[in-house]
Amino acid sequence: MGMAFHCAETGVRQPAPILTIAVERGFGPVVEGEALVSEEGFSPRYDLDRWSGLITKPGHKLEGETIKDRICFFPTAKGGIAAGWAFNDIRAKGIAPKAFIFGVTNPVMVQGAILAGIPITEGWSPDPAGLLRTGDWVRVDPERRVIEVLRRGGEA
Amino acid sequence: MILTADEKAMLKGAEGEAVRRALHYQRQVGQFFGAQRMVPITNAHMMGDIEVLGDAGLAFLEEMRILGARARIPITTNARCIDFDWAERLGQDSGECAKERKVIATLQAMDIMTTDTCINYQTLYQPHLGERVAWGDTGTCIYANSVFGARTNFESGPAALAASVTGRVPDYGYQLDRHRRGTFLVDASRATLPDLADWGAMGRLIGEHRQNYYAVPVITGIARAPLADELKHLGCALASYGSMAMFHMPGVTPEAPSVEAACGGTVPRGQPLVVDDAAIEAVYRGYPTGDGAARLVVFSGPQLSLFEIRQLAAMFDGRRVASGSSVFLTSGNGVLSAARKLGYLKPLEEAGVAVLEGVCFYILQNLSQMREANGWRTLVSNSAKIVNIIGAHRFHTVLRRTAICVEVACTGRLPEHAA
Repeated sequence: MGMAFHCAETGVRQPAPILTIAVERGFGPVVEGEALVSEEGFSPRYDLDRWSGLITKPGHKLEGETIKDRICFFPTAKGGIAAGWAFNDIRAKGIAPKAFIFGVTNPVMVQGAILAGIPITEGWSPDPAGLLRTGDWVRVDPERRVIEVLRRGGEA
Repeated sequence: MILTADEKAMLKGAEGEAVRRALHYQRQVGQFFGAQRMVPITNAHMMGDIEVLGDAGLAFLEEMRILGARARIPITTNARCIDFDWAERLGQDSGECAKERKVIATLQAMDIMTTDTCINYQTLYQPHLGERVAWGDTGTCIYANSVFGARTNFESGPAALAASVTGRVPDYGYQLDRHRRGTFLVDASRATLPDLADWGAMGRLIGEHRQNYYAVPVITGIARAPLADELKHLGCALASYGSMAMFHMPGVTPEAPSVEAACGGTVPRGQPLVVDDAAIEAVYRGYPTGDGAARLVVFSGPQLSLFEIRQLAAMFDGRRVASGSSVFLTSGNGVLSAARKLGYLKPLEEAGVAVLEGVCFYILQNLSQMREANGWRTLVSNSAKIVNIIGAHRFHTVLRRTAICVEVACTGRLPEHAA
């Protein structure tokens, strides 16, 4: 969010997005950050160490990755009722992601994200699988219902 | 979203700041899902324990209490993370225990009934067809929607709390007829399902097939009248592996007098998912067993009914948990009080089974540290849910039928090629 305002104030033009993904539903302010792209669903209870922010479930496709300050793309939500409190907890501990982007989610993720004030969206077109990689820099605009890929990982 | 005059007044603070905040929050959730209105509910069930709340969650609860939050409908609590009688023996943190006591006192001050059970649907409240409630955890939701024909979404702790404070929920998801129709067929006519673990294994197969909150399986071909505990394990596994909130079983569940009725008149096309004995055996074979050593057996997640405890009491009678092994069983106060009175706990405790009250194993405070301190690596259970949900604590988990679990408990070893 800060970055977008900065650009407007200084007159620096934002480059055109490399890719725009439409989302169906969204909550929260505009945020920008590094994408963490998962092929596998997510649950803070099943998969996440809620003290370090690392995905620790043995065999999870993102095992060892951190969600902290990233924009997390998950195709589905797994489980579980825990997210309702857990997102608020990880935000207070300083290990929350900047946003949750779900293909299909469940109400718990939404209830949890809204309580914690973390932007969340559901539904995507096109499916980012194969188009978006971990490390890409993206901007999420829940109100406009779009996600823009601004640059590829590793680029300045 | 169209609000009633009462609801508009609530949002202006006419019933106090706690009600205003709760309804504002519910409206945001409702708006996300495109809810058109709020609907009244009769009962709520919430998760709230220090392991999942954290300090931030406890502070939130205390703030709501100070703002005057009071439940206006009955609300009960889910399993928690500490059985105070066991905390020291399990090496749980005394600071966290003190916070858990604060959580309980704070909830009680808001007129929340701290029942500490995840099987409220078996022991506390059985809503009727069409009754709207606000329940979590997910096992309680899927049982309410499927077996009772009541209506609830997955309502996490803050959402269920808000629902109890306003007496309402946003009208979306499983509150609506259109989401309650079957979306795909399952043919279970060649599944024998003799053990509770088989029902969980079936739930895993169906849940993993369509991991989607709005997927509603219609399970056909069940040869006999299923028991409540069997439907409990099925539902918990569907919710755990598939994030599912409802299933139909024609002839068994109330919104499924027939396959056609369960699907809202139009039966989904395509081949049904076949769950047969071979598929269930493959589930058991799919768990790596390593060198065969297994020092931890857990009967929990969901908490056990009186019937499950009675069965385990008979199986452990006269036997001993293997030296160096740990075996846990958890249930709520009501069930355990009855089990004690009926003499079912004695053979379990004499065998060396740890019987914990008001908790569920996978949410125990300090579980990762407990695992390391005890050198536990492999966890064996007859619950498909718990072998899935406990992953973040780095256990290697194995699903087995109940009798094998008892065998593992008493020998410390997993028999080869046996479920």
